[in-house]
Amino acid sequence: MNQHDTNENATSSFSGAAPFDPARLAKRMTMGGHGNFLGMHYRDHGDIWIELGLDWRADLVGDPETGVIASGPIISMLDNATSLSVWTRTGVFRPQVTLDLRIDYTRAATPGKAIIARAECYQVRRSMAFVRGIAHDGDSADPVAHAVGIFMLIDGQEWIQS
Amino acid sequence: MNSQELPPYALAMGMEIAGIVDDSPLVAMDFSQRAVGRPGYLHGGAISGLLEMAGFAALAAELERKGIAVQIKPINIKVEFLRSGLPERIFARGEVLRAGRRVANVRIEAWQADRTRPVASCWMNFQLSPKKA
Repeated sequence: MNQHDTNENATSSFSGAAPFDPARLAKRMTMGGHGNFLGMHYRDHGDIWIELGLDWRADLVGDPETGVIASGPIISMLDNATSLSVWTRTGVFRPQVTLDLRIDYTRAATPGKAIIARAECYQVRRSMAFVRGIAHDGDSADPVAHAVGIFMLIDGQEWIQS
Repeated sequence: MNSQELPPYALAMGMEIAGIVDDSPLVAMDFSQRAVGRPGYLHGGAISGLLEMAGFAALAAELERKGIAVQIKPINIKVEFLRSGLPERIFARGEVLRAGRRVANVRIEAWQADRTRPVASCWMNFQLSPKKA
């Protein structure tokens, strides 16, 4: 991971960068694999933020006694939403990896309610992007979780080698 | 704790209790399309979900050993992603650093073929409260 820091020209040297359409990539990201299994979907985006949604489902429950959704799907949403927020802000799709992600569970989600994850990229450096976000179940002023994390930005060549 | 006691989310993801290592349950998950992030690799959220389950299982086992019956709720989690998750079976195991009266602190690691090359490492804090009657 350390070698990424020394790659001073990461931004300018990556020639494969294509114009980034947040809605299109978010939809593609949730078409297969884990995002598709969870039922994650694109909702909206702005200059530096993006919003994903997830409907409550019995097989995603973490506590059968209460019907509260597991925290795993909430982490997955916040991982995807924060990741997408970087490309939304920079306007280019460039490979990146999650360095770390912290989630504070501020309250249990309401059983049966859909979850919305809203994430923003609040700072970008040559080799790092700083992100934060919330997950809520209808009232963004009363989130179920807060997230903060860092993505390491890597150039195309390095991506292929790893 | 055995696999039948895992919550619906864990079972849907294919997680299972694969054994006990040094008093802590070993939680395993076979590779499947349900766990894929970028093509060919495990999703960070799926890895995190496995870490959480191993943290919860480690704490539940520790409290059971001590004969303490309390409710366990996660307060927070911080995951460091160390290596790409390859399309193969993944394991996670937690270690309870401290289980007090109100809070428990747990460390968890996930790995694949090589135990000495962890895929992810994390800490979790849990809130302990009296069981509702």
